[in-house]
Amino acid sequence: MAEEKKKKLSMIVFSGDMDKLFAAFIVASGAAAANMDVTMFFTFWGLKALKKNVNTGKGLLGRMMGLINGGDITKANPSKYGFGGMGRWMFKKMMKDKNVSSLEEMRQLCIDLGVKMYGCQMSMDVMEIPKEAMIDTAEEPVGVGFFIEQSQQSETTLFI
Amino acid sequence: MAEEEIKVDMELDLKGLLCPLPMVRVSQNISKVPVGGVIKATATDPGALADIPSWARTTGNEVVKTERDGKNLIFFVKRIK
Repeated sequence: MAEEKKKKLSMIVFSGDMDKLFAAFIVASGAAAANMDVTMFFTFWGLKALKKNVNTGKGLLGRMMGLINGGDITKANPSKYGFGGMGRWMFKKMMKDKNVSSLEEMRQLCIDLGVKMYGCQMSMDVMEIPKEAMIDTAEEPVGVGFFIEQSQQSETTLFI
Repeated sequence: MAEEEIKVDMELDLKGLLCPLPMVRVSQNISKVPVGGVIKATATDPGALADIPSWARTTGNEVVKTERDGKNLIFFVKRIK
C-alpha cells in the first residue's frame, strides 16, 4: 500500500499567555499523535514560548522590552488573574497537584512528536530578539510567506 | 460462543495522566507492536473515553474493547496498519 499523505495542521501562536500556550501545545500534541504534520509559527508575544531565559535587546527600547517581557516560557503569565506573578504561581500549583504537565514539558512533548516550531523573523527584529536567544530545538526563523505556504497545504489552520 | 481472549502484546500504565497524554502515549507505542497486535492501556482520565477511540478512528486503528474497573479505564487498542 502506498504511504498515505499526512494531513496537516498549521498554527499561528500570537499569544504569550500561559493558558493560551497550554491550549496551543495540547492541540499540537494531539494532532501530532493523530499522525498529522504540525507547524507552529510563533509571533509577537508568542515568541516567549521559544525564548531562552536570557536578556535581549540592543537599543534602549529593545532592552526595556527585554526586561518587561523578560524570561522564558516558565515566566508566561495567565491571561486572567495575573496578580503580578501570583496567578502564575497559583495555576502552576493547581496543575501540578492534578498532575498536569508543565508548559516546558508540553513543549518538549510536541518536539518529541515531531512538531516543527518556527519564530517569526519580523517580530524577532522588532523586539530585538536574536536567533541565538531562541531554544536550540526551534527551527530557523521564517516569515509570513512560509506560513501561508504551510497553511495552504493544511486541512486546519488555527490562530491562538 | 465463549468470549474470545484478547492476546495482549504490550501493557501501558497511564493512570494519573491527563489530556492529552493517555492518547499520546498510546500513539507513541502503537508502532512498537506488530500489525494486528494489541496494546492494553489502563488510564484514569475520563477524557480518554472519548479521546482514545477518536484517536483510533483518525489513525485507522481500532479499540476492540473498553473495560471499566473502579476508577480504571482499560482500553484494548489494536494496530491495524
